[in-house]
Amino acid sequence: MVEAQMTQSEHAIHLEDVSVRYRVPSERIGTFKEYLIRWLKRQVQMRKFWALKGITMDVGRGEIFGIVGDNGAGKSTLLKVIARVLRPTKGRVVVSGNVAPLLELGAGFHPELTGQENIFLNGALLGFSRREMLDKFDQIVDFSELGEFINAPIRTYSSGMYARLGFSVATASNPDVLLIDEILGVGDETFQKKCEARISDYCRRGTSILLVSHNMATIEAICQRAAWLDHGEMKLMGEPGAVVDAYRHKER
Amino acid sequence: MSQTTIYDSAQLIPHALQELKEAVRYRHLLYQLVRRDILTRYKRSYLGVAWTMLNPLGMMLILSFVFSNIFGATRGYPAFILSGLIVWNFFSQSTTGAINSLVWGGGLLQRIYVPRASFGLSAVGSGVINLALAFVPLVIVMVATGTPLKITAVFAPISLLLFACFTLGLGLAISTLAVYFPDVVEMYQVILLAWMYLTPIIYPETVIPVKYQLLLHLNPMYYLVKLWRLPLYDGRWPTWGEFWPAAAIAIGMLLVGWFFFTSKSDEFAYRI
Repeated sequence: MVEAQMTQSEHAIHLEDVSVRYRVPSERIGTFKEYLIRWLKRQVQMRKFWALKGITMDVGRGEIFGIVGDNGAGKSTLLKVIARVLRPTKGRVVVSGNVAPLLELGAGFHPELTGQENIFLNGALLGFSRREMLDKFDQIVDFSELGEFINAPIRTYSSGMYARLGFSVATASNPDVLLIDEILGVGDETFQKKCEARISDYCRRGTSILLVSHNMATIEAICQRAAWLDHGEMKLMGEPGAVVDAYRHKER
Repeated sequence: MSQTTIYDSAQLIPHALQELKEAVRYRHLLYQLVRRDILTRYKRSYLGVAWTMLNPLGMMLILSFVFSNIFGATRGYPAFILSGLIVWNFFSQSTTGAINSLVWGGGLLQRIYVPRASFGLSAVGSGVINLALAFVPLVIVMVATGTPLKITAVFAPISLLLFACFTLGLGLAISTLAVYFPDVVEMYQVILLAWMYLTPIIYPETVIPVKYQLLLHLNPMYYLVKLWRLPLYDGRWPTWGEFWPAAAIAIGMLLVGWFFFTSKSDEFAYRI
């Protein structure tokens, strides 16, 4: 118990021997009848595969942690386990504080609702209370640079406006943990600068960031530590330069 | 979320309790989802929310025209139909809504964490709002057909609460099945239609021959619809004997549905 409290205060994210197994049916069984027949014949065959195998790691408060690896290496699964979307098959995940998942900006936006209505809906999906949203509302509108468009239905938005609004809501409240899948291609260059400024600002205030990227330069430039995932296994964890080097060498 | 919330996947809280806790914490989401349903449902129609009232009215007109020769002797037959129809619509729309929002809107579950029961809860919440709106034409029709509301109508919210418990329980149970077997969605629509005609919605229970009475008493919907209609259409207080079967069925279904749903809900993101 004492140990658990220690981990909570020292680390924002704590993973202990975390494994995730997907069960993929070898063929799709869509009906009861089919399922029943096969079940009776003991033929419901599931191809099992481990997307994550025994991952143990900690991310400290205010740390920027990079993750590299090939497609299908388990990077997104790792983020999902931390974002609480998937419960690990084995092992333990402890996350302290509120998590802002920048995995899918504007998840749950409804095209027929106005920008304003969607801010409240999206905020609720991210777990904010009504009062928090009322407090943040003006700041969100400001940051998104949508101006008058905030009262128009979101189906009239350009994809840039859509992403800008999504980013503004997701990062409106100072999160303790920020999950980023691929560096954000949000809006034009000016807006991207603004996003980066906001992220580094949060970082100074103690937000931990888990960043998945294929851009090795970014990983080396901004991360304090990095890990290389390969087929669900942790190949190497440590100083970003070393991890990126090792990953590059493997590719050749 | 103002205080530090800690998520620990190894926490040993029963899933059913955990989900309840989270659903309460995300209550603002519930409000937002209901609001979205109501606002977007008629967004592109001119009459808007009025359709919630016009739809059962139209059904009532057609049914009372078609069946007036057969069941016309029933006192205030249009009011009888409408009182049953609106609560049946509540039931069928809410359960279908719970299934659809989980199965088709489930992409959301793979991206961010939300309490999974929120979708079922919000579907029932939207249903309650729609039912409240449909109450307006009901009162008008009742007055017009000479069966005005009595004081006993104050019991109707209790009947509705039990109806909502049953609806939520069944909606959660079937949406769990639908995650694993998509065919259930279609199957359920057929079952709903049969179920409606097996329940005294558009005909009075007195037309059912004595030898089929047993069948009627095996239908859980019979007790719930009756408990709803008694204070409204019949204008009398339900007896204890009429109350407890409905209450037991409703609460039983809610518990079964909730436990079944929450025991499987961690797998949904893997399956949808």
